[in-house]
Amino acid sequence: MTILTRHTGKSDNVRMRSTTDEPRAQPESLADLFMSFTLLALQGFGGVLAVVQREMVEKKRWLTREEFVEDWAVAQIMPGPNVVNLSLMIGSRYFGFKGAMAALAGMLAAPLVIVLLLALLYAQFAGHPGVQGALRGMGAVAAGLIAGTGLKLFGALQKNVLGLALCVVFGVLCFVAIALLRWPLAYVLLGLGGLACVVAFKKLAP
Amino acid sequence: MTDSTPLVQLVDVALGPQDWLTLFLHYLSLSLLSIGGAITTAPDMHRFLVDQQGWLTDAQFNASIAIAQAAPGPNVLFVALLGWNVGLNAGGMLTGLLGVLVAMTGILIPSTTLTYLAASWGHRNRELRAVRAFKQGMAPIVVALLIATGWILATANGGTLKNWPLWLVIATTALVVWRTRMHMLWLLGAGALLGYVGWI
Repeated sequence: MTILTRHTGKSDNVRMRSTTDEPRAQPESLADLFMSFTLLALQGFGGVLAVVQREMVEKKRWLTREEFVEDWAVAQIMPGPNVVNLSLMIGSRYFGFKGAMAALAGMLAAPLVIVLLLALLYAQFAGHPGVQGALRGMGAVAAGLIAGTGLKLFGALQKNVLGLALCVVFGVLCFVAIALLRWPLAYVLLGLGGLACVVAFKKLAP
Repeated sequence: MTDSTPLVQLVDVALGPQDWLTLFLHYLSLSLLSIGGAITTAPDMHRFLVDQQGWLTDAQFNASIAIAQAAPGPNVLFVALLGWNVGLNAGGMLTGLLGVLVAMTGILIPSTTLTYLAASWGHRNRELRAVRAFKQGMAPIVVALLIATGWILATANGGTLKNWPLWLVIATTALVVWRTRMHMLWLLGAGALLGYVGWI
C-alpha cells in the first residue's frame, strides 16, 4: 500500500520536473564548456567521475543530482569510457554536436599531453619507493572518492519510482554481484538492470 | 642508461601500413565491446599486442596502465600510451604520436558515435514510458556500481584486512566526500604524502 501511494506521488513528481521550465545554470559558450571539462579532467586522479559530480552538480549546477544519475546510467550502459561518454552527453545537452565535441576535447586534450610527459619521466622514478608509496596512497584516496560519490548519489534515489526499499534491494544485489562475486559487468547491467527497468516500467503505468 | 630503465625497455618492431591498419581495426572492433569502460577490454588488448603480434613487452603494457591510472584524466588514456609505446618500438617520437592517434581514434569513434546517437534519441523521447523506465530502473544499479568500484579499487591496492591503515584512508576519504565539500585535490595530496612517507 505504501508502495502504491509512493508510486503515484513519484510519477507526478517526475512529470512535473520535466515540464516546468525552471531557469538554471548552464555553460555560456563552447569555450566555457571546453575549459570546464579541461579543469575537471586535470583534477581527476584515479578517475574523473567524482570530480564531474562535484563540479557539474554541486558547484556549477548545470545538472541536478537526478539528471546526473540518469546520464550516468546511459554512459554506463553504452560501450566506451564512461566519463568520456558522460562529458559527451553533458556537452550535447547545451550545444548539440559541437558541445559534445568541445566537452570531449576538454576531457582528453590536456590529460593526454600530461600522460605522455609522465610516460617519458616514468623510467627515472618508477623504482623510487617514495613514488610507489605516493601512488599507492593516491590509489587508496581514489577508491574512497568513488565510493563516497556513490554514497552521496544514493540520495538521488529518494524520488525514484521504484521506491527506496526496492532501490536498496537492487543496489545491494548489484554490489554483491560486482564487488564480491566479480561477475562481468555486461551480465549484471543486462540481467539486474533489465529487471529493474521492467519493474520501473510497470510502476510507471499511467 | 638502459640498465636504469628496465621497466620500459624498447623492443624493435617494424610496422608497415598494413600493420597500422590492423592496429586501427583492432581498436575499432574493441570499442563497441567496451561496456563499462575501455579497461574491460584490456585483456584482449594484451592478447593482441603482446602475445599475438609481439609489438609490446609485458612491462610496457603494465607500465602503460599504471601511468594512466596515476595521471589526471580519464583512464582510457592507457590506450593512448599503448599506442605510444607501439609507435616508439616501431621507430621514434613521430611514430609514437601516430600510434596515439591510431589507437585513440580507433577506441573512441565507434563508442562515442553510438553514445551520441543514443543520448540524442533518448533526449528527444524523454517522455516515453520506456525511456523513463530505463533511467529510473538503472539508477539504483549504477549508484551501487560506484560503491562496488570503490571496493574493487580498494582491494586491488593490496587492501587486505591486515593492511588496516589503507582501509582507514579509503573509509575516511569516502566519508569526507560524502559529508563535506572539501576539495578533492587536498585529499589526493594527503594520500600521496601518507604513501610517500610509508604510512600506508
